[in-house]
Amino acid sequence: MQRIPAMRQEQYERELFRRNSQCLDLWNILDEVKDPEIPVLSLWDMGVLRDVQREDDRITVTITPTYSGCPAMDVMREDIEIALRENGIVNYSVETQLSPAWTTDWMTDKGREQLRDYGIAAPNDALEQSGRETPENGVRCPRCGSVDTHRVSEFASTACKALFQCDDCFEPFDYFKKL
Amino acid sequence: MHDELKQAIITYAVRLGDDALILGHRISEWVSHGPFLEEDIAQGNVALDFIGRSRMYYTYAADLTGNDKTEDDFAFLRSEREFQNHLINELPRGDFAYSTARQLMLDVYHSHYLSALMNSKDKTLAAIAAKGVKETRYHLRRSTDWVLRLGDGTEESHQRLQSAVDDIWGYTNELFEHDLLEQNLIKAEIAVDASLFKDQWLAEVSEILTAATLKVPATEWAVRGGREGYHTENLGHLLTELQHVHRCYPNSQW
Repeated sequence: MQRIPAMRQEQYERELFRRNSQCLDLWNILDEVKDPEIPVLSLWDMGVLRDVQREDDRITVTITPTYSGCPAMDVMREDIEIALRENGIVNYSVETQLSPAWTTDWMTDKGREQLRDYGIAAPNDALEQSGRETPENGVRCPRCGSVDTHRVSEFASTACKALFQCDDCFEPFDYFKKL
Repeated sequence: MHDELKQAIITYAVRLGDDALILGHRISEWVSHGPFLEEDIAQGNVALDFIGRSRMYYTYAADLTGNDKTEDDFAFLRSEREFQNHLINELPRGDFAYSTARQLMLDVYHSHYLSALMNSKDKTLAAIAAKGVKETRYHLRRSTDWVLRLGDGTEESHQRLQSAVDDIWGYTNELFEHDLLEQNLIKAEIAVDASLFKDQWLAEVSEILTAATLKVPATEWAVRGGREGYHTENLGHLLTELQHVHRCYPNSQW
């Protein structure tokens, strides 16, 4: 049986939620806000941006933290405020929502592609899709595409990444951990 | 919410915040002192997880308190006697074996504690736990790996780890004890009753220690008092460093 690639359920639900929103203009403005550590990835593609609401002239943006200790969260919040102000919005608040907890399943396919272009293996690039956040090997190298790779450390430049090395092109690379 | 219950939840959230902040600070002391680069980075990452967790607990306590309180009031403007962390968290970082032994005992503890806290009737505490439980999984993998490596390593690493386990063991008792405030919150299905998983904790820690060729200490002594604000001399020194900048430059922001 031929498998037809379909949009993942989580992503479909997010897209639908956004499409049905009353303030598409605001979502589009916020598309300009990127993750400060991975400046190719927007907060939407990252899955951090959860909701945007407009009530009268009051804007409420809801974001969810990635990792408890992610130092980038404060910068993301500031960048959202700057983007809103630059677009003439003064009456706003940025709320943090903890539950449901953020998961890499919310990352869009576009975001995953951008990660790879940037040199970071995306959360679903592991050969073995087990419950473990980081396999010991078999993560596809974002540079040469080989799966002949091994884990160097479960911890890398930021909390959300693990360090791998490719055994074909020998380049070290970051893997965005599945969480 | 009844005022009395609210006050109790504030205290409980601050206690959990204290545990996380003090441990996070201790782990952060390894940054730039790790045995090799990757491990150094790992220490920094794990420390951030705990400090981030403390911020969520403190922020919740601040929101419940009102009066423009913020997380910083709890972290930077309370004295030693006002901190109510379990003592094990404030013990000095020691050598690498010492920090590793403490981390294993606490990671196993957190894996049970946070899983239980996820079922709290308090939705915010449950949400914080849901985030923490995911992080605890890789914390525990790391500390288990290190205990096996050091325990079943050289003669010296084995001996250092064994004496670390022996020295810390008596501080684990109070992790499973609850004062009246926590007992009431347990009845209200808000707080976690850690006594329920003490046996399982012991079994899991023992299994890892045994696999690492280490001896499980007999319970012969116990130190307690953290939840009442009675601390070892270590906490004062830690807070002096932790709070120094904030107290020198009150309300400064960057």
